[in-house]
Amino acid sequence: MVLDRREGEALIEVNDLKTYFFLDEGTVRAIDGVTFDIRRGQTLGVVGESGCGKSVTAQSILRIVPHPGRIVGGSILLHRYSGSGGNSQVESVVDLTSLNPRGDQIRAIRGAEIALIFQEPMTSFSPVHTIGNQIMEAILLHRRVSKSEARGIATDMLRRCGLPRAEDVINRYPWELSGGMRQRSMIAMALSCQPSLLIADEPTTALDVTTQAQVLNLMRDLQEEMGMAIMYITHNLGVIAEVAEEVIVMYLGKVVERTDVNSLFNDPRHPYTQALLRSIPKLGRRSRTRLDTIKGMVPDPYNIPRGCPFHPRCPQARDGLCNVQEPQVVDVGGGHLVSCLLIKGQ
Amino acid sequence: MASDESKPLLEVRNLRKYYPIRKGFQKRMVGYTKAVDGVSFVVPEGRTMGLVGESGCGKTTTARCILRAIEPDGGEVIFHDQQLGAVDVVSADKKTLHQLRRNMQMIFQDPYSSLNPRMTLLDIVGEPLVVNNVAKGRELEDRVAELLRLVGLRPEYMRRYPHAFSGGQRQRIGIARALALNPRLVVADEPVSALDVSIQAQTLNLLQDLQEQFHLSYIFVAHDLSVVEHVSDAVAVMYVGKLVETAETDEFYLHPRHPYTEALLSAVPRAEARVQKERIILTGEVPDPANPPSGCCFHPRCRYAEAICSQEEPSLREIEPGHFVACHFADELTLKGVA
Repeated sequence: MVLDRREGEALIEVNDLKTYFFLDEGTVRAIDGVTFDIRRGQTLGVVGESGCGKSVTAQSILRIVPHPGRIVGGSILLHRYSGSGGNSQVESVVDLTSLNPRGDQIRAIRGAEIALIFQEPMTSFSPVHTIGNQIMEAILLHRRVSKSEARGIATDMLRRCGLPRAEDVINRYPWELSGGMRQRSMIAMALSCQPSLLIADEPTTALDVTTQAQVLNLMRDLQEEMGMAIMYITHNLGVIAEVAEEVIVMYLGKVVERTDVNSLFNDPRHPYTQALLRSIPKLGRRSRTRLDTIKGMVPDPYNIPRGCPFHPRCPQARDGLCNVQEPQVVDVGGGHLVSCLLIKGQ
Repeated sequence: MASDESKPLLEVRNLRKYYPIRKGFQKRMVGYTKAVDGVSFVVPEGRTMGLVGESGCGKTTTARCILRAIEPDGGEVIFHDQQLGAVDVVSADKKTLHQLRRNMQMIFQDPYSSLNPRMTLLDIVGEPLVVNNVAKGRELEDRVAELLRLVGLRPEYMRRYPHAFSGGQRQRIGIARALALNPRLVVADEPVSALDVSIQAQTLNLLQDLQEQFHLSYIFVAHDLSVVEHVSDAVAVMYVGKLVETAETDEFYLHPRHPYTEALLSAVPRAEARVQKERIILTGEVPDPANPPSGCCFHPRCRYAEAICSQEEPSLREIEPGHFVACHFADELTLKGVA
């Protein structure tokens, strides 16, 4: 890996983050004590089923949690570096949770230092502005360049994202482009200000496998070229195997396992991770046997089970333990973190 | 599923659906979008046929033409009915079609938009029974309760509305509705792609159990190749409205003979520890079916293409028993399947 030399340089540190939604029906604890970090140039995969809080984590980092949601605890530290390459130094550390979500400071970070790619490129572009104008808007906001320079940067970014005839595409409206081209334009827009962190929220879920392979390749190439870190949110374990170096598995607003990508697949330790891996049909291992399933479904977010949140669905749950005690995070070796009561050391 | 009999239930022959392209003030017809262009395959009784391809390749149109939810423009769809014998769905009159449809049902992709929010489960699942004068009143309720139990829902939920259910439960409601009339063929159009991983496994198992129990045949339309491998007995790939390859599942995944199939299989992200793998990345995009390339539609993206590919259109031929390919070089190429 080219990026190993930067290992250890933290970019984002999320500590015990709690984001709750205060609804009439009750409080939804969308994120309930999440801790992780992303190093510079690293790709962190975030896996989980819908409702596990993976998108809210991204929204919390960018401070765009929709009303009535609020960050109620924890910190998100963004480390800023001066200079580039091996001799860069930490210039300052900002706690994103302390910023006013409508203030100038977070606005200078959003889009410039931390960029976001959405799942659905059709709905995240404005249909009444051209692709070029939308990319230029971001550039003009964050960089001190003239309009024609911004146009040049936009064209160049589109070209680097593999769009043929970039100078033509720049004048097009989003609805004139195919899904794959739109997602490439989205990536071009996100990277136009050279962010240090790119948050990709299910960026290839709406795409065909062949287009998905193209986009994943593109992101990998651009990461090598520009050195940004990527937080890759997806429910697709195949895509995780493809892009991530480190992975966190989330369930009901908590991180249940964190490890590097190889031991996630070779040595998963949390029963939820194990069950998830067993429940997907694997290519080339054809058998007409039944798939292993996780019984039941994700519980109602208003009343999350006591004890370990996974215990009602867990095949190994022990009565009197898992439904009573809350699991702590345990290091099972080599930074492989698991939050399960059945792991020794609890 | 594992039955030996392979009596055909459905034979699709040279199915076509062309959409006219109209332009100008007088809406003059200037050409056709060939959404489905000469598709043929056979679905044996109690088996599952997987239909795969990228978006816009015509797989959904094919599925809907088979049920005549969309009127096909040509070809034959022979359904072997127990009472009526072999009937061509395409040319069937209204009365015959009404009878046939009891035996052919559909499961839709999106469990949120395919259920009427203003109908209760009793109305939704019971509707096919009422329309066909099968049951009413007390009997109807009993039958609906039985169907709900069959798909793993509690009969007490009968008077609730769809909004009270999760995506996976809604998909079960859709399955119960499809099974209400004891059909023999179920066309499932991306039935699990909107569901979460753990719910997807539950739904696939349910479909498999029901197939065993009722000896159902499925046409399983999906873009997820690992799901299709898991459920199908045979697989057909479509590209720009045409069938490019069809074979038994094992043969298809292990020894693909069409370069497009090879590329598709290689593009699937595998959920396993990192293995250095040479991936075939297709360049460009799926051509516009209104304006397809000359010769073989796949030739502009094909890494094995030669001069003949842009001039002559390859026909679908049987290269091995049960293995059909539309490629000029199917005999010469050695392609990689999934290892």
